[in-house]
Amino acid sequence: MDGTAPRKLKVATTSLAGCFGCHMSILDIDERLFALLEKVEFDRSPITDIKEVGQCDLGIIEGGVCNAENVEVLREFRRRCKVLIALGACAVNGGLPAQRNTLSLPLILQEVYRSEPGARYGLIPNDPELPLPLNKVHPLHEVVRIDHFIPGCPPPADAIWKVLTGLLEGKEPALGHGLIHFD
Amino acid sequence: MNATFTLDGRPVAFSEGQTILQAAVAAGAYIPHLCFHPDFKPHGSCKVCTVKVGGRHAASCTTRATAGAVVESDTPELNAERRALVQMLFVEGNHFCPSCEKSGDCKLQATAYDLGMSTPHFDHFYPDRPVDASHPDMLLDFNRCILCSLCVRASRDVDGKNVFALAGRGIRTRLIANSRTGRLVDTSFSHQDKAAHVCPVGVILHKRRGFETPFGSRVFDRKPISARADSTAEIAAVEADGS
Repeated sequence: MDGTAPRKLKVATTSLAGCFGCHMSILDIDERLFALLEKVEFDRSPITDIKEVGQCDLGIIEGGVCNAENVEVLREFRRRCKVLIALGACAVNGGLPAQRNTLSLPLILQEVYRSEPGARYGLIPNDPELPLPLNKVHPLHEVVRIDHFIPGCPPPADAIWKVLTGLLEGKEPALGHGLIHFD
Repeated sequence: MNATFTLDGRPVAFSEGQTILQAAVAAGAYIPHLCFHPDFKPHGSCKVCTVKVGGRHAASCTTRATAGAVVESDTPELNAERRALVQMLFVEGNHFCPSCEKSGDCKLQATAYDLGMSTPHFDHFYPDRPVDASHPDMLLDFNRCILCSLCVRASRDVDGKNVFALAGRGIRTRLIANSRTGRLVDTSFSHQDKAAHVCPVGVILHKRRGFETPFGSRVFDRKPISARADSTAEIAAVEADGS
């Protein structure tokens, strides 16, 4: 072992109110993942299936905040990670889940669980295990401080790569034309 | 066209009565703008074209060009202020780009890209603005309106119809269709009107033409808005194509 080798940075990732499309975009950096793994190791992430987030250098969060559990996980990430990245449209501005924000939550629950003719005895789920939905869906920056944002639905793999490699080199990441997009 | 002012150190010729932005656009120089269109009288409402003239802030679309004026535009300070203005426009409406037919051809989006806006930064309003799909050929999605008033000016000054108006004041200002019912179908609006081809965002849309251009080929996929001499004309060409 070379005692002078820099330690690997710890990275955690999670998806809140997202569709895992942004995580697919992370995987889409393809063989560059091997180069990345020379410099980082994954903590809590769907990639490792570790359930609790430890002390990390970097947290990458996909999806907005739509329920109480999302708030808890997001705050936990903020506490444990030195730097947080909001990854993708939902994390940046609420995205698709936030399209419910102009409707009242009781109305939505009624519509989804009580109005279908097939589910005659439908009930609005109230199991205590289920996290309570929030009145509105929020992007991450409305709940905790976020250090960097990568927009896109999903963001291109090259944008993720550029930000990650930039941060690893200690540079302020800037995406530029072609890599910054909101769709 | 003998008199000139300097824009970021480069001379720009202007003719008597032209504003700074009019002269800049005519000369192929880029100053970010949203509510300005070279065919219409400047409105001066979005303030994205704000520059410094002799060290003082001014909306370049409504400020007359004067000989020898020293105009600063592409500076970190002014671009940061523009970014904040654009961020406010994003949070005031519902700008959900992935579901918008105008994505890739939208001046608000392209201006945000060009200013490096990676986050809306402010808290979202998520306003409730129902769409108006009453017209057989055209759709109005008010969620995306930035109150630039270009459709108001086009309908009034070119089409002679007064189909659109800005109603209310301050934060409650909103775009309305000028009919007794408030519905577009009850106006004399036509898809051939000038007002059907000036919306810089995705409010006034032609039905049955959504997502015609594939990703990668849309106006601002190919080149950033700042690298286009006349993005307004290019969007108009895209809009006119096939209508």
